[in-house]
Amino acid sequence: MITKFQVAYKNLLRKRIRSLLTLIGIALSSWVLVSLLGFNRGYEASLNKDIDNMGFQLMIMAKGCPYEAATLMLKGGTGLRYMKESIMADITKEPEVEKITPILMSAVFDPNKGESGGIAGYFGIESKSFAELKPFLKFRQGGWFTDANAYETVMGFEAAELEQREVGDMILMPEKNVKFKVVGILERTGTQDDGTIFVPLKTLQKVFGKPDDITTIGIKLKKGVDSTRLEEKLYQLPDVQIVSLEQVKQTIMKLISTAKVMVLSIAIIAIMIAMVGVVNTILTSVWERFQEIGILKTIGAMPWDIFKLIWIETLILCTAGGILGVILALILSGVTDMAMRSVLPYAPGGGLVLIDLKLVLVTLVGIICIGLLSGIYPAWKAGRIRPLEAIRGEAGR
Amino acid sequence: MSQKIISIAATNLTKIYARGNEEIISVNNVSFLINKGDFVSIIGPSGSGKTTLINLLGCLDNPTSGELCLGDRPIFGNEKRLSERELTKIRRETFGYIFQNFYLIPTLTVMENVMLPLTFYHKPGTEHEPVKLLKLLGIDHRKDHLPSQISGGEMQRVAIARAMVNMPDILLADEPTGNLDTKRSAEIVHVLQELNKTVGLTVVMVTHNQELARQANRMFEMRDGQISQVE
Repeated sequence: MITKFQVAYKNLLRKRIRSLLTLIGIALSSWVLVSLLGFNRGYEASLNKDIDNMGFQLMIMAKGCPYEAATLMLKGGTGLRYMKESIMADITKEPEVEKITPILMSAVFDPNKGESGGIAGYFGIESKSFAELKPFLKFRQGGWFTDANAYETVMGFEAAELEQREVGDMILMPEKNVKFKVVGILERTGTQDDGTIFVPLKTLQKVFGKPDDITTIGIKLKKGVDSTRLEEKLYQLPDVQIVSLEQVKQTIMKLISTAKVMVLSIAIIAIMIAMVGVVNTILTSVWERFQEIGILKTIGAMPWDIFKLIWIETLILCTAGGILGVILALILSGVTDMAMRSVLPYAPGGGLVLIDLKLVLVTLVGIICIGLLSGIYPAWKAGRIRPLEAIRGEAGR
Repeated sequence: MSQKIISIAATNLTKIYARGNEEIISVNNVSFLINKGDFVSIIGPSGSGKTTLINLLGCLDNPTSGELCLGDRPIFGNEKRLSERELTKIRRETFGYIFQNFYLIPTLTVMENVMLPLTFYHKPGTEHEPVKLLKLLGIDHRKDHLPSQISGGEMQRVAIARAMVNMPDILLADEPTGNLDTKRSAEIVHVLQELNKTVGLTVVMVTHNQELARQANRMFEMRDGQISQVE
């Protein structure tokens, strides 16, 4: 016995190029949809990871634009403001605070960075408290500084790769012409730490002539505490601002939401175009087989049989196209990641495109459902063909 | 004397088409009986209404008026019009059809074409019919070929096998030899004769060819929508 599926499949092979082009259209829209939905999930997950990996939930910074402060913390930058290190003593006393760490961010112009030079960021840290807040940091080589005043540096994974440095090598800080000995290189974390060069806080304060100044204090809260009271209390400190990383996350997500809506709209348009292609292909195929369909009815096919036959053709095209699109999305997720990074104002570390089984299944089901909807009209038209008109070739097309 | 079983009974069967404001009477008040096991040929000039008549007999179209019974089952009558679904049900239970243009599905092999009707409907006991029919019609060696790889005569044999696969009571053939040369035409009519004799199949064949028409045991001649002569 030959099944309806075999009949439908063999019919699609009749016009191979046309079927292939339709399938490619569906595959491309499926690829775009999976990639963009994967981006929506991946971006948020990576941002969460970035922020969680900062090891603290609150930052205190010298007064200024909070968005600028957040960006500085995440990306590095210029135009820094300073506060006194002594402020830390008051903060430690607060009951909600578990641990704190001071950071001095500094930026210098490195003429050897990129084609026309760039900003190199240095983080002055207290290795003990910094490591306590970020217990997930692991060393690929070496370890933390031997002394709080040493001219030593610990390099993030990517910074070391870029500078091609190993433990025991020296690096020169541009502008200041100060040499540091590399004592440790971190494992890859997938966060901004990968591109950072860490030096002892005291040393960096000395190099930049800011003996008691810091730019940031990271605060890790005790588990389950409400930070509202603490934030209100900290606002009473002079000339500081409080940045909650939850707020930072929300702000970045808001900034990115416009881009997300745009890319999602593009995906929907791509799907609609593909589906119009499906309707066109199947409808053309129905008209071309007008007499054949009439004969099928003559030999016993009911209108519903014809409807199913045509619908199965749509199902085959959409399923095959959908699967191909998902495979493309999985293979090319790295390319999508790079493309997204090139157009986004801020991209967190780690993978930007997160494609998992649930997303794949949801997309496939979605594509198939939309495909089946597209197939209803051609299938209905085919089911209504009257055998006599088909045999005479005089249908009211 | 044994009583003949009636296969098709047409009474005052009429089909009128409208073309613009003009009415064309294609089949005009035709009445006849076809008995089970008859081999009837219908001849007549082009436009005489023979194809319309065979379409009415095969439930491919509703008559404008008149009655049609298949065996003792009334199909058309009392101005009753059947839906496409009802017509399909009757067709698949009763008729096999072959046409001048064969209408084989080009993407399916000979065997798949023969099995195709069983995809939509199959009477009990028809499972082995495709193989049996291909052997009977002498085309079993072509079962894996596509229609484009076989001759016209073989294509019509495949069409006959497809029409016969559900063991119909009546085989309707509309110009089955219209696209074949003399030798192949004679072969196809011989095949129909054999099926008529060996299986007891009722065959109604429309043809232009007088010589082939005479191979049937009854011959209706149509002219201007009416049966002018019955032999």
